[in-house]
Amino acid sequence: MESPLAQFAIHPLFHLPMAGYDLAFTNSSLAMLLAFLATVVVFMVGTRKAAVVPGTLQSVAESIYQFVETMVEDNIGHGGRHFFPLIFAIFTMVLFGNIFGLIPTNFTFTSHIVVTGAIALFVFCLVIVAGVARNGLHWFSIFMPSGVPAYIIPLMIPIEIISFLSRPLSLSVRLFANMLAGHVILHVFAGFCVLLAGLLGGFGIILSLLPLSVNVAFMGLELLVACLQAYIFAIMSCIYLRDAVDVHH
Amino acid sequence: MDHDSAKLIAVAIAVLPLLGVGIGLGHLFAAWIGAVGRNPEAAPTLRSLGFLFFALTEAIGLFALVIAFMILFVF
Repeated sequence: MESPLAQFAIHPLFHLPMAGYDLAFTNSSLAMLLAFLATVVVFMVGTRKAAVVPGTLQSVAESIYQFVETMVEDNIGHGGRHFFPLIFAIFTMVLFGNIFGLIPTNFTFTSHIVVTGAIALFVFCLVIVAGVARNGLHWFSIFMPSGVPAYIIPLMIPIEIISFLSRPLSLSVRLFANMLAGHVILHVFAGFCVLLAGLLGGFGIILSLLPLSVNVAFMGLELLVACLQAYIFAIMSCIYLRDAVDVHH
Repeated sequence: MDHDSAKLIAVAIAVLPLLGVGIGLGHLFAAWIGAVGRNPEAAPTLRSLGFLFFALTEAIGLFALVIAFMILFVF
C-alpha cells in the first residue's frame, strides 16, 4: 500500500520555463482552474436567466451570495461593505476547492499549506494596511485591551501582539490540516478494503464491506467539514478584518 | 533507544493533546444541548455558533496531528 500522503504529491503537467524558474502547470493548478471554472459556471448560468421564483441553480447562487452578505454584515459591520468581494472570493474558492477535492481521484488544492497560507497572509497584510489607512497610527491601539488594570498592561500588550501575529498561522493550518486529515482517513479506510480482499480472498471481499461503509459515512462527514471549513475560513477573515474597520468594539 | 523507536514514541506523545480536545468537545456539546433544551427558540443561532466553536476546537486536535506527521515524515 502506498503512503496515505502520496495523494497530495504535486507533479508538473507541462513545464513553463520563465526567467530561470520553472513555472510549471501542475495538477494543483489544474484543480484550481477546474474549481474556478465550476464557480464561474454556477454563478453565470445561475444568474443568466434570473427569475423572481428562482430555479435550482439560481437559488444555489443566490443563497451562497446571501449567506456571505449576511456574514459580512454581521461580523464586519456596515463599514465592511468594501470587503464583501474579497470575502466572497475567499469563501467560494475554499468551498469549491474543498468539495472538488472530495470527488475521488481529484486533487485537493486546499490541502496544501502554501495555498491556504497565501490566502491567510493576504488577509493578515490587508488587516494591517487597511487598518492603518483608515485609522492612522491610532489603529495600533487594538493591541491595548480596554478596561484592564494599569499594572497588567505590560503583560497584556505582548500577549495581544503574539496572538495577532499567530492569526495567519492558525487560519491556514486549520484549513490545511482539516483537509489533510480527512483525506488521509479516507485513504486509510480504503486501504483496509484492499488489504482484507487481498489477504482473505472471497470472504475478505465480504468483510471489506465494513471499512467501505465506514468510508461512505466519512465521505458525508467530509462534505460537512468541507462546507464548515470554508465557512470558518471566511468568518475568521471577517472577524480579523473587523479590527481594521473599527478599532473599539 | 534507536532513532525509529524514539520517533514513534515522539509521535505518540504529540497526539496526546487529543485528550484535551475530547474534553473540550464534550463540554461544548453538553453546553449546546443544555442551552437548546432550556431555550428551544434559540436553536438556529446556537446551531451556527456551535458548529463554529466545534470547528475551532477540532482544529486544535488537527494541529497535534500536523505535528505528529511532521515528526513522522520530516525527521
